This record gives sequence, structure tokens and C-alpha cells, in this order.
Amino acid sequence: MIEVVDVALLVLLAVTGVAIIRMRNLFGAVMLAGIYSLLSAGLFVVMDAVDVAFTEAAVGAGISTVLMLGTLALVGHEERTPQHRPVLPLFVVLVTGGILVYGTFDIPPFGDPDNPIHHHVADHYLEESEHEIHIPNVVTSVLASYRGYDTMGETAVIFTAMVGVLLLLARGPLPRRVLHEGRWITVRPGTTREELEAELEEETAGAPPDEAADGSGREGARG
Amino acid sequence: MDDHLILRVGAKILIPFILIFALYVQFHGDYGPGGGFQAGVIFAAGFVLYALVFGLGPTKRVLPPKVAYVCGALGVVIFAGVGFATVALGGNYLDYDVLAHEPAEGQHLGILGVELGVLVTVFGVMVALFYAFAARRRIDS
Repeated sequence: MIEVVDVALLVLLAVTGVAIIRMRNLFGAVMLAGIYSLLSAGLFVVMDAVDVAFTEAAVGAGISTVLMLGTLALVGHEERTPQHRPVLPLFVVLVTGGILVYGTFDIPPFGDPDNPIHHHVADHYLEESEHEIHIPNVVTSVLASYRGYDTMGETAVIFTAMVGVLLLLARGPLPRRVLHEGRWITVRPGTTREELEAELEEETAGAPPDEAADGSGREGARG
Repeated sequence: MDDHLILRVGAKILIPFILIFALYVQFHGDYGPGGGFQAGVIFAAGFVLYALVFGLGPTKRVLPPKVAYVCGALGVVIFAGVGFATVALGGNYLDYDVLAHEPAEGQHLGILGVELGVLVTVFGVMVALFYAFAARRRIDS
């Protein structure tokens, strides 16, 4: 029975993958990518990796899709037809894929309980974590206690990702300070030289003090 | 989205359940699937849903971007702080046994602490990323 579920999920994964490649409408491609994540989550559940499935469903199918949609709002919904012929990319993909498949000949058989990965530290975790950590979910024991350093590193990585995105996206161009006729003034981004000169002209032409104060206040709010 | 009555009412009903579910995932992580990472994402998803239906402005009034940025950093501080607490109590870094009289109690406390740190960071970062993407305008048109 479980084989039927496996085959169905894998076939749907492959179909979704091919559909994403062939689709020129980016909106549809993003939606299919979300479905791809959800199918992978189903596959992880079948493999009893429910914690991973949970993360895949929440991050892959949920938040990533929303972020991709946010990006589509900026770049448009249609993919342009590529100008070049895809011979070189196809060659690179085939060679890389071939090397990877060749590499799989050396890995231990799938799902074999005697594989080395299952006997390095896994035995200790599975048998002793109940007495050492006293919580039933071994995944949480490994993640938060045995491998606490790794998880702290992961948390720091997520924080770093935020810093990177904010540096690149969040602020936009900052106002600049420039030296003008012996004093420092703040220039809003996007102001052309003519606009700036006109503004300074207005300021020095002796506008009524109330109005000038008003104007600078608005500028401050905009900057 | 002013005229999407069903969406607005539906989202309003769903959001509290999403947030409660995130907390369930967080505090049930010791016994079932889940933990700080998943809970943080789900908690952030509640705010993302609010922003999608009611707009970015109202969401930023509920949760200013600065709060999200501070959360993103605060979680790492909480996580590292648990480590320093264990050192101060005479153990190794992130060795939770020393946090309480019983090692088992200490492990419970320590895991609760670091999972809280993970939750806060993931929540803050997810919301901050969403704000960063959603607040951009098209440049070319």
C-alpha cells in the first residue's frame, strides 16, 4: 500500500517539476513550486520524517511562496523567451546529472538498517536520549541538546540572512550630506542638481520664516 | 481588498487559531513534531496573512518593522544567553544539566530556553523578510 503512495507522490513530483520548467507564466510557476514543496512534505511524512515535513510545508509551501509572489509583483508575471539557444546549459546539466548519478553507485543501499549513518551516533541518541534528556521526541533532543551548537549556528545564519536582505532591500537609497557653500546640507535621494539649486535659491531668497520651517518639516518626514 | 468581505472575515477568524497553533507547535515540540523553527514560521504566517488581506500599513501599525528586527536579533541573544547561563553555573557551554537541581529538569529548562530563542529569531526574520519584499515598488514602470 505504502508503495502506491510513494509512486503516486514521486510521479506527481516529476510532473510538477516538468510543468514548472515548461511554464512561461511565472505566477503559475510559483504556485506549482508551492505544490512541489507540499508534495515533498508528503514524501517526508511517508519516510517518517515528520519534523522535516512540517518545516518543508511551513517554509517551502508557505512563506517562500508568499515571498516569491511579492517578488513577482515587482518583476511582472511573464517570463521572456530566452534569446540564446539552450545547448550549452543542457550540456552542463547533462554532465552534472551524469556525475551525480555515477556518485549514487557508491552510496549504501537506500533504507538499509545496517548503513553506517545509522550506527555512528544514532544508536546512542535513540537508546539513551530518554534517560539523558528525558523528552520523548528524539528529534528535539538531538536538535536542541546534543547538537545545540549546530542549532545556535543555524539561528545565527537565519539572523544573518535578515541582515543581508535588509542591507540590500529595506532602506533604499539613503539621504546624502553634501558640503554646499561652506555648510553641510542633506540631499534627498533622487533630487537632481537643478531641483536642489532651486530649493536652495528659494530658501536664501528670504521666504517668510514660518513657511520655511513648514517646508523643512515636510522634507524631514519624506526623508 | 476593501470589498473582499469573505476573505476579510475568514482571515479574522483564522488568524487567532494560526497564532495559537504556532504556540502549540512550540510547546509541544518535546512530545511531537515541531519546535522553534516551525512555530516561528507559523507565527509569522499569521501576520503575513493579515498583511495580505488588510494591507501592509495596518500590519506595520500592529507590528512595526523595528520590532521584527529586534526580535530577529533577540532570539540569538536568548540562545547564546542560555549557553552563558550554563557556563556561569559551572557547566560547559550549552550543557543544560546544571540549570536545575536535577539534570532532567535542567535539560527541560535549557531546551525550553533555546527553542524560545529559535522561535523569536525565526519569527522576527520571517516578518522582516516579508516586509522587505512587500514594501518594494516597481522601479521600471
